[in-house]
Amino acid sequence: MEKKLTVQEIILKLQQFWSKQGCMLMQAYDTEKGAGTMSPYTFLRSVGPEPWNAAYVEPSRRPADGRYGENPNRLFQHHQFQVIMKPSPANIQDLYLDSLRALGIDPLEHDIRFVEDNWENPSMGCAGVGWEVWLDGMEITQFTYFQQVGGLEVRPVASEVTYGLERLSSYIQDVNSVFDLEWSAGVRYGDIFSEPEYEHSKYAFETSNQEMLFELFDTYEKEAKKQIALGLIHPAYDYVLKCSHTFNLLDARGAVSVTERAGYLARIRNLAKSIAKAFVAERKKLGFPLIKDDQVRAKLLKEDK
Amino acid sequence: MTHTMLLEIGLEEIPAHVVTPSVQQLAQRVKEFFKAQRLDFGQLQVYSTPRRLAVKVLDLADKQPDIEEEVKGPAKKIAQQADGSWSKAAVGFTRGQKMTPDDIYFKELKGTEYVYVKKFIAGKTAAAILPELKSVVAAMNFPTMMRWGSNDFKYIRPIRWITALLDQQVIDFKLLNITTGRQTQGHRFLGHAIELAAASDYPQALETVYVIADAAKRKELIKQQIAQLAQQHQWDIVVEPDLLEEVNNLVEYPTVFAGSFADKYLAIPDEVLITSMRDHQRFFYVRDQQGKLLPYFVSVRNGNQKSLNNVIAGNEKVLTARLEDAAFFYQEDQKLSIAQYVAKLDHVMFHDKIGTMAEKMQRVGYLSHALAGEIGLSATEQKDLSRAAAIYKFDLVTGMVGEFAELQGVMGEKYALLQGETPAVATAIREHYLPTEAGGKLPATKVGAILAIADKLDSITDFFAADMLPSGSNDPYALRRQAAGIIRICLAFDWPLAIKPLLELVAKTAQQQPALYQKIQPAHVNEAAEFMMDRMRKQLETQQNAFDIINAVTAQPLNSFTTIAQAAEILETHRHDADFKQTIEAAGRVLRLTRKADLPDKQPVQPDLFENPTEKQLNQAVTAAKTTGTLEDLYQQLRNLRAPIEAYFDKTMVMSPDQKLQQNRLAQLQQLAGLFQSFGDLTAINVK
Repeated sequence: MEKKLTVQEIILKLQQFWSKQGCMLMQAYDTEKGAGTMSPYTFLRSVGPEPWNAAYVEPSRRPADGRYGENPNRLFQHHQFQVIMKPSPANIQDLYLDSLRALGIDPLEHDIRFVEDNWENPSMGCAGVGWEVWLDGMEITQFTYFQQVGGLEVRPVASEVTYGLERLSSYIQDVNSVFDLEWSAGVRYGDIFSEPEYEHSKYAFETSNQEMLFELFDTYEKEAKKQIALGLIHPAYDYVLKCSHTFNLLDARGAVSVTERAGYLARIRNLAKSIAKAFVAERKKLGFPLIKDDQVRAKLLKEDK
Repeated sequence: MTHTMLLEIGLEEIPAHVVTPSVQQLAQRVKEFFKAQRLDFGQLQVYSTPRRLAVKVLDLADKQPDIEEEVKGPAKKIAQQADGSWSKAAVGFTRGQKMTPDDIYFKELKGTEYVYVKKFIAGKTAAAILPELKSVVAAMNFPTMMRWGSNDFKYIRPIRWITALLDQQVIDFKLLNITTGRQTQGHRFLGHAIELAAASDYPQALETVYVIADAAKRKELIKQQIAQLAQQHQWDIVVEPDLLEEVNNLVEYPTVFAGSFADKYLAIPDEVLITSMRDHQRFFYVRDQQGKLLPYFVSVRNGNQKSLNNVIAGNEKVLTARLEDAAFFYQEDQKLSIAQYVAKLDHVMFHDKIGTMAEKMQRVGYLSHALAGEIGLSATEQKDLSRAAAIYKFDLVTGMVGEFAELQGVMGEKYALLQGETPAVATAIREHYLPTEAGGKLPATKVGAILAIADKLDSITDFFAADMLPSGSNDPYALRRQAAGIIRICLAFDWPLAIKPLLELVAKTAQQQPALYQKIQPAHVNEAAEFMMDRMRKQLETQQNAFDIINAVTAQPLNSFTTIAQAAEILETHRHDADFKQTIEAAGRVLRLTRKADLPDKQPVQPDLFENPTEKQLNQAVTAAKTTGTLEDLYQQLRNLRAPIEAYFDKTMVMSPDQKLQQNRLAQLQQLAGLFQSFGDLTAINVK
């Protein structure tokens, strides 16, 4: 039997594949976040008229999903392989299926389905239409045509392909627990992540300083607003991400009542919306430089907001 | 000569539940298109898979029928000059119709002779008309619409190809950047693109590339394969029509397979296993001949037999992971007592604007107690009801319901039994959610039914008091379904509950327990009463009652749901009696007069003020009438009263200038009207 791909080989293959399709290989963004979508390489770049094709691995923190490293499939932090292509190519589904082939998954030997799943992230003002992709009954990818991001209509439409790397790798390596995955030759996923999983779970569920986190949320929010007002979108966005992660920590701790919850989410959404709007305005000021067709660019620059 | 036409819209995978309604919509639109274009056709066949919506039309006319149209011109006296030659007006008219004055004939219209020509419009050929099918494709409507690429155009999913043929010819049109052609796509993995030589090759040609485009045929194939498996293993494979329909619309080329899971998971409640298999994985579950769940499942692959073992192993792995989770929750959940769960409900919101789940349970506790008083329960039932009401939402905070929300109530029942609650309490916990859909199962026990009514009534009044009323298609808290549920339960149990008294019960509880309630304004009560009566009307509509009868019987919110339903039934039964019209008219006269008078209730009638014998006769008839007995008896009494009423109105002037006489007569009529208020407002019945 041929040797199974390690997690890092899976990542490498995906990077190679998507780089060949014209995606820039970006690196994980260095602020905590719950999903690859929240990276500025997706959230900010999917709004506005400029094209954008990128792929990157995003470690995604979901404090409430932590299980002290004891559950075989649930993690405080998992890894997403994120592909964003705008405008969505006409053959995006075929490209995706080719990427599975590149990983040695021959569709003729499996059952691959596109099952309706419309995605929504209300706290970031995002909504899209698409599928979850099932591989022999297992959801391995979220596939979305963004319709709205940060409360703005996404035009042109961006297509997002998000592979759950742990799920996909568990399938490819045929292991029952993610901790048994081989990250690189001879090193298990568990060797790297068991301890942080335990510690982060313990922190998020038991020992975090709630008062401090509540204060931080307010501080981050204030700072984000201030920087938006100054037109400093990227620093402001970092603070929105921090707000979001701080909220997730509080939520995991059960420190946010259901009533307050909606209020916090609305605060994050309002920040996200004003940043999305400001980002497009700033790009316009710069003359939408990623649009290479001068005529198109001139036309867009003339248009009112 | 007739033709065969094919139109296939190729799409990225459409949601399964959208496939069938969409292809029906397409067929409807194509039919309407042909009708508007005056193109006759024979048969229209529909084909659909997750990736295509198609119609094939047989015996399509070669062209529209020709039309000969009569066109009216100027009056003869204007058209023809004295010497018989044609005027400018006449020449201009014929030129406008692309004809000459030689074509003119005269015809009289309302005493004046006019110029006419017969215009011949040659029918256009189907080939010339069909490119307009583009508008049919573009006009389709879907429950969710999306944009893709750089287009603003919206559709269910991106359109990837359009195959359009009239016999051997491509029907040319272009939508977005997609040009029609004769090419269609085979199965995503097993097949490849093929070119159709003619429309009539569809759908057979697709079978060569592993697409069964005929949804009925595909479904039949799945059924056959399932039956084969069932026979082979002596299984009872439970094929629910909804699931079969969904699965059928997830595949283009179905291959049925079976998988298994470890016996140990059978210790998990059946409902959990079934939810995991059916709802989460779209598997059919398997029972033995005695109806016991077996550790197998049946699923359908979108493909052929190749490497089927991979597919089976993968699906088994996914199911096992889910069941492992479920087994974990099932064990963990039993470590806490019901009291501990109930305590947690202090921190669970029912709704932000309304309050916590714990508060809701308290309200429902008081309300169900009050309801029990109206209905009458044994001491044991009373006890079970109080206990159930005190804990009935506890399963919401269990791990299992956190993971499998659809099992709320079901898990409550299981866990309650495990913790030693009485079966009646456990059943009520499950039943209080019923009915969960229009026409769905109702609670079978009295305790469950009262808890169900109390819970629903509380939700309705809560949301109305918080000004969150359903409007249009927007009913996020399913209040309509809940109101309909209350009505159906009352009807099924034959309980004498009516809208107004029910709402008064809530208002009274709210007065006694102000801390638990938001302020309920009189306007809220009126809105809630109207809202509930509207559901009663819908209930009567489903029984095929006529609208005027529905209007009549629902006019009185003091009448119980059962009275209203029976009244409608009796009026329907007698609607075609020979004397129905007169009976209703007699009652109507009485009702109209008393309504206008607006007297205080129960004025005594003074016989010494009678002036003529008909007054006395009517008075005797009314006094003799009984208000007890069935509604049918009541209708018969109304029928018997008709003659005295008619005689009375013949001889008696009710609105006498003598106020004393007038008041007395109105008091008499009011007494009479009171007799048949169980029928609501009989003046609403159309007897013209």
